[in-house]
Amino acid sequence: MTFPILSIIAFTPITTGIVLLFLPGERKTLIRWVALAAATLALALSLVAYLGYDRAAAGYQFEQQVPWIPALGISYHVGVDGISLPLVLLTGIVIFTGVLISWGIDDRPREFFAFLFILATGVFGVFISLDFFQLFFFYEIAVFPMYLLIAIWGWQVTREYAAMKLTLYLFIGSMVALVGGLAMYFASGLGTFDLLELERAGFSPEFQRFWFPFVFFGFAVLGGIFPFHNWSPDGHVAAPTAVSMFHAGVLMKLGAFAALRVGIMLLPEGARLWSPLILGLATVNVVYGAFIAMVQTDFKYVIGFSSVSHMGLVMLGFATLNRDGLTGAGLQMFSHGVMTALFFAVVGMVYDRAHTREIPKLGGFVKAMPLVAVAFIIGGLVSMGMPGFSGFIAEFPIFLGLWQRQPVVALIAALGIVITAAYIMRVVGRVFFGTMPAEFEGHIGAIPWQDRIALVILAGILILVGIYPSVMAPLVGSGAEAVVRILGGA
Amino acid sequence: MTPELLTWLIPLPPILAFAVIVLLTHRSNRLSHTLAVGAMFVSWGLAMTVFWAAITTPELGQRPFASSIDWLPSGVEALRIGILIDPLSAITLFFVAWTCLAIFVYSIGYHNYGKPRDPADRAGLPPHKGGIEPMYARFFAFISLFAFGMLTLVISDNLLLLFVGWEIMGLCSYLLIGFWYGKDSAKKAMVKAFITTRVGDVFMLLGIAYLYSATGTLNYREILFNEEVLHSLAEAPSGVLGMSAAGLIGLLLFLGTVGKSAQWPLHVWLPDAMEGPTPVSAMIHAATMVSAGVYFAVRFFPLLTAGWAEGEPLTVTMRVVAFIGAFTALFAATIALAQRDIKRVLAYSTISQLGYMVAAVGIGAYVAAAFHLVTHAFFKALLFLGSGSVIHGMEHGLAASSTNAAQAMPGQEGPAGVHKAHAHVDAQDMFNMGGLRRKMPRTFVTFVIGGFALAGFPLLTAGFWSKDEILADAFTNGHLAVFLTLAAAALLTAFYTMRQITLTFLGEPRTEAARHAHESTATMTVPLLVLAVFSVAAGWVGIPESWTGGRVPNWFHSFVGGTLLEHPPAAPFHWAPLLTSVGVSLGGLLLGWLVYRRVAAGAPDPARKPLGFVYTVLERKYGFDEFYDWAFVRPAYWFAETFSYLWIDRGVIDGILHAVARTALRLGSIFRNYFDKPVVNGLMGDGTASVVKWAGRQLRAVQTGRVQQYLIAGLIVTGILLSYVLVVRP
Amino acid sequence: MEFLQSHLLSLILFSPAVGALLILVLPKEKTAWIRWAAFLISLIPFGLSLWLWAAYDPSQPGYQFVEQAAWYPTVRSSYHVGVDGISVSMVLLTTLLTPLSLLISWSIAENVRSYMVLFLLLETGMLGVFLALDLLLFFVFWEVGLVPMYFLINQWGSANRAYASFKFLIYTMAGSLGLLLAIQMIGVASGTFDLITITERWATLDGPLTLLGLPITLPIGTVKAVAFWAFVIAFAIKVPIWPFHTWLPDAHTEAPTAGSMILAGVLLKLGAYGFLRLVLPLYPEQAQIYAGVLGLLAVLAIIFGAFASWGQDDFKRLVAYSSVNHMGFVVLGIAAAAFARGSLSEGDAVFALNGAVLQMFNHGLSAAGMFLLVGVIYERTHTRSLKEWGGLFPLMPIYGGILIFTAMASLGLPGLNGFVSEFMVVRGAWPIFTLYTALSMIGLLITGAYILKGIKLVLHGPMNEKWAGHRLEISRREVIAIAPLMALMLLIGVWPSWIVGVINQTVMRLFG
Repeated sequence: MTFPILSIIAFTPITTGIVLLFLPGERKTLIRWVALAAATLALALSLVAYLGYDRAAAGYQFEQQVPWIPALGISYHVGVDGISLPLVLLTGIVIFTGVLISWGIDDRPREFFAFLFILATGVFGVFISLDFFQLFFFYEIAVFPMYLLIAIWGWQVTREYAAMKLTLYLFIGSMVALVGGLAMYFASGLGTFDLLELERAGFSPEFQRFWFPFVFFGFAVLGGIFPFHNWSPDGHVAAPTAVSMFHAGVLMKLGAFAALRVGIMLLPEGARLWSPLILGLATVNVVYGAFIAMVQTDFKYVIGFSSVSHMGLVMLGFATLNRDGLTGAGLQMFSHGVMTALFFAVVGMVYDRAHTREIPKLGGFVKAMPLVAVAFIIGGLVSMGMPGFSGFIAEFPIFLGLWQRQPVVALIAALGIVITAAYIMRVVGRVFFGTMPAEFEGHIGAIPWQDRIALVILAGILILVGIYPSVMAPLVGSGAEAVVRILGGA
Repeated sequence: MTPELLTWLIPLPPILAFAVIVLLTHRSNRLSHTLAVGAMFVSWGLAMTVFWAAITTPELGQRPFASSIDWLPSGVEALRIGILIDPLSAITLFFVAWTCLAIFVYSIGYHNYGKPRDPADRAGLPPHKGGIEPMYARFFAFISLFAFGMLTLVISDNLLLLFVGWEIMGLCSYLLIGFWYGKDSAKKAMVKAFITTRVGDVFMLLGIAYLYSATGTLNYREILFNEEVLHSLAEAPSGVLGMSAAGLIGLLLFLGTVGKSAQWPLHVWLPDAMEGPTPVSAMIHAATMVSAGVYFAVRFFPLLTAGWAEGEPLTVTMRVVAFIGAFTALFAATIALAQRDIKRVLAYSTISQLGYMVAAVGIGAYVAAAFHLVTHAFFKALLFLGSGSVIHGMEHGLAASSTNAAQAMPGQEGPAGVHKAHAHVDAQDMFNMGGLRRKMPRTFVTFVIGGFALAGFPLLTAGFWSKDEILADAFTNGHLAVFLTLAAAALLTAFYTMRQITLTFLGEPRTEAARHAHESTATMTVPLLVLAVFSVAAGWVGIPESWTGGRVPNWFHSFVGGTLLEHPPAAPFHWAPLLTSVGVSLGGLLLGWLVYRRVAAGAPDPARKPLGFVYTVLERKYGFDEFYDWAFVRPAYWFAETFSYLWIDRGVIDGILHAVARTALRLGSIFRNYFDKPVVNGLMGDGTASVVKWAGRQLRAVQTGRVQQYLIAGLIVTGILLSYVLVVRP
Repeated sequence: MEFLQSHLLSLILFSPAVGALLILVLPKEKTAWIRWAAFLISLIPFGLSLWLWAAYDPSQPGYQFVEQAAWYPTVRSSYHVGVDGISVSMVLLTTLLTPLSLLISWSIAENVRSYMVLFLLLETGMLGVFLALDLLLFFVFWEVGLVPMYFLINQWGSANRAYASFKFLIYTMAGSLGLLLAIQMIGVASGTFDLITITERWATLDGPLTLLGLPITLPIGTVKAVAFWAFVIAFAIKVPIWPFHTWLPDAHTEAPTAGSMILAGVLLKLGAYGFLRLVLPLYPEQAQIYAGVLGLLAVLAIIFGAFASWGQDDFKRLVAYSSVNHMGFVVLGIAAAAFARGSLSEGDAVFALNGAVLQMFNHGLSAAGMFLLVGVIYERTHTRSLKEWGGLFPLMPIYGGILIFTAMASLGLPGLNGFVSEFMVVRGAWPIFTLYTALSMIGLLITGAYILKGIKLVLHGPMNEKWAGHRLEISRREVIAIAPLMALMLLIGVWPSWIVGVINQTVMRLFG
């Protein structure tokens, strides 16, 4: 059988995590280097996979299937298509940069990295799963370490509350989704959890219409869809930097991705029926999130709500149910992942030095940390959909899709762009420009090389995709094609 | 060398001189004035050659020298510009070349070339104590540019090139009026001159645009020498006041003349323009700019009079032109009566004389207008240069007598910013002069000749013939109102001219300055003599045939008349106008002498008492400056600063923008504080803290990584739900 | 050589960006190197565009030097560039002004490197707009240009820069939002973003539009009208047309000298160019219907711009408002042309449009020159208030001469460039919008007033003793920077056909 690259990508982190747990806790440097090595491997492999994917052939590739619990028709089945592959790459990038950013973590780094890697495995697993049970399994693996990571290493003030809130939301959400999944399992009568099988199961329209919301919204909670979005800003704020990066960068994509893969792709009829509602809610996400972000004084809350707003765009893309929209959604998932990772990295660096996130208290940081400022500005331009950056490349097709599906929504959602520009520029102006408060003068140290690398990588990707979209867009497009085909070419 | 080629070359030397002086030689006075005068001399030579070729060409009107080139392509055709020498431009070229040359030479002496530079002199202020002008080179650069503008205008064969020269002169007058920009008065005057003339110019621009779009060309010949074009323009309605297209275009273009030639109501700038050095006054007010205005009106005579034939009642446009001309002639003459400043008197007389020409155009007296244009150019240049010489002499006198300047009688307030020694005695106030005939004989003689020409002294002077022809035309064509107005104006003209001569040269010196004044240098007096000759001789080319019983043909009439499509008839001889013009000029001169022959030092104007209130009104120039300031300038500036900027832009438009921004922010906080936190969080999130804690405890139990256990729990829940669902859905 | 010939536009377009990257690697401290590097790099596109100008053949119809490459196939958009007579002149203007602006930026002391990098990126952004033949590409460059300019104002601007830059960015972005949506709709409706194809399909598209999946099918007329206004507002803000202009005085006033030069010189042209390249070809009918409104706004811009400018005591703000006034003529010409389209007075329309394009070029020269001069005196006296100067002519004779020259060009003195274009616009617009043209004369009159006000309060009158002894004279470098502008002002004023000839051909085809 062929080289099981996906499995290796998926299990490298968790094995590393276990290895780490056996290392002596005081050998922090060693631990860090091991972590970095593993992360590098993961990134490298996912890059190989990304480049190795045959775009002409499209469809699911690097497939691998082994029985797991035959009794229940559960098998270990992995494979990636145009939509999931970029997300795998994204995860690779985020874990790599995440490790770099967390270099400074001094409090029990061993456990921290261990949990982080377990989380990573979960995420990888979800993106490559072609089996519902397996997907769900990894999903939960991804969700639970979050609790600990936030609760233990998080921001003292709110970490308990936030961790709890987050876990609660995701728990309930996944339960509901699980119910939907089991319903499909039983109703299909095929006795298998294999997604590709279930795609062909041909559920009755009534069934689909009834069960779609369970699956979709169940997962969409993790995607932060209105009105189930509030766990995420609180979570972001409480989480330590690397975790926020993962959380906003990747975890929210889990929800969205699962909602697409299980919800829309298995229950197209349901999708067609419910898409107006999704459109509505997602539109609220976009505009409402932006508005709230505009009035936040906490640096991290601003970013948190901006994620809410941007994930709304992903949902909008899904809801268009057409090629352009889905392509856009796919791109937006990737672009937003990298972007928020960058954002939270920057916020973390500022916070570590200023020990406050209150925007009014900050100012003039461009002098002390120019690179950080530039990185944040690039991220900001991405998030305000400035052409030449990946954000525009991602949002544009979404709007194209909306025009074909529901122009009015396009008109409303566009409002979000301006608001975004407003609050981003406000943050840039207040935090990085202007005059630096006296208490910071001289106390703002430069950032270590690890951080530099991380920032450069993240920013570089955003620009690359923005300037030359063909590196990713056609790939995602092929994935979207497949979905559209399932939807009977909406 | 064809005349066409020569004509092309005429304006070039001055512009080259300008460029070279500005870029290279502005440090060397000698080089600069040599260049300027030399260039002007070359242009003069070219002009004379062309002029000779023109007058020796039979039927020049039919076959003028013309050549043109594509200049501005648009659409399939291109706008062509070129040169045209027909009789009218030929004679204009003649007097322009002569006067310009005279003025150039004169300027050398006027600016004290050869004298050492007085260390106390500052650039931007007139020199005192007879030091050389600090910006000597710059002056010659400017007047070279000026000459270029005028020559371009004259040789142009189309309206656009004319407008170019026209505006370049506008710029030069601006620069030269404000040559001594250090003086506040000069600063004001230069702006005033530019803006006032620009009022006329914008209308003129509209006229050009209208004419161009109506006829598709701006070439004189194609429009003015073209029967059907003129006819169609005269037929086409303009939609304004029932005027024909020709009428409206003519009127718009004429407004340009009103501005440039300082006709009422745009006359206010010209007297203030006296702030410039005297050669400039001569340049602007005699030789070039104001003449350009009239030249333009005369040039477009066929258009102004389109749809009108000899003997018919005047068209609306012609009436307007005639009225403005006649009114200005009289109105300006009255103001001149009460002026003390020797140059201001001349300025108003210029306005008044231009009024004559304009009126002549208005009543269809084409040739007469052109004739007076020529003669006036000569004698008015002469008068201005003469007055300059006088002022110059006075300033020397002041410098010499500055010791006992203390007891010199206090004159009008001197131009602001001038050196202290000048502040006491105004060298331009005629009441500070007197008896200069002995001190400066050459200036005296030439000035008298010029003055008599202006007054139209019978038979001898050029002014008589041209003025008489206008009066005759007005009378014989039955425009009685115009005739009487002009006659009255002529009377006043003679009067104030004599007043000026008497106050300046006759009698006894009234001040130390006058006592110490002395004759100017040759560079100044020679040009005076030259111009004096023309002020007399220029008239002889236009003696009506009726006088010589046809033995001597009226060369001017036959030559210039040829410019038009059909040759205008000469006015028949009549005694009435002749007697009037003789009477008014002689009477006026006599009266002026009688009134002013004995004015003691420090005595008020003898005319003040008899005229009383009227005199004050005239002295105040009917208060036009004040009125315009109150009626136009202030409101406009209020509109600019307060209304457009503060109210509209800052207030309304920005106000709206800022309001939008505030609203967005308020919306955001409303969402967050009144919906997101209470409702969304309350409902979906915390609900009750207890729920969270309970769930928390459950989770901690599960939080052991034993996922299967948890999954089983999950399956149980699911099972319940499923069975429920299956029951619900049959 | 062959390669150069076939990729000329790409080279012009990207050489500044590449140069910016090169500068990025230069050591931060070596400001002198950085300045020279930036300046020399900016000469490359200039040289190339001179070649482009020489190689461009006006008589040949259609776009020239066209290049096309896959860029974003997923949304059916490609990298498609080309030039016609209008854009080629705009490219020349842009590549000319950038080196001069860099030359004037020698006085920038802090963060020289970032400044130069941003400036070169800005150039690429602007050039892209003029070169793009793909709607999406057009929009990309259209927006990208904003960012460097925002930071130039925000970082190197004067006192009130934060407000000004924010206003500039948000206002313009909000304006281009409609443009973005309309572009998307057009793209969806005509299945491509290629400008040439769209001009064929979209302009001739009729029959109610259902393919948008609108709840109700709208008549094409309504849809087009809405899209038309979306375009118009975006461009109107950029031009800017009254009453969308209030961002301009703030931005111009606060921006650094070179920033204002480029803002006034090129960025405003983007809006006008949008009208010519997109609005007229894509919406002939709508343009004709609403030309009256456009013309009215243009006249208001001319009049109010002039008056507001006259009312200023801040020299830079005065010049800034003069841009509103001058660009008004551009729009007036465009409106007249749009109105006359297909009617008898097409000759006039061509005239007006030629005038409009030439006015764009001319204003680029004179406005840049004026801002340069304001910058010069500001650097020496550290004030912009006209009230604090006066009678400086003896202290700065050369500067004075240059100032008068440039001011006269912007005043529209015959013999200099401004007159030619204003005359053409007036001439073309007169038979079409007689009343508007007549009213615009008020603006022309007040133009004289504010220009002379500026000169008067700087140079003339008794010298303000405060400055006695200061060395205010313009430096050689600055003279070198403005000399080319002056030369062009004179050249166009004396012999316009070298450029009008090129523009005219294209404009005629626009009406062919």
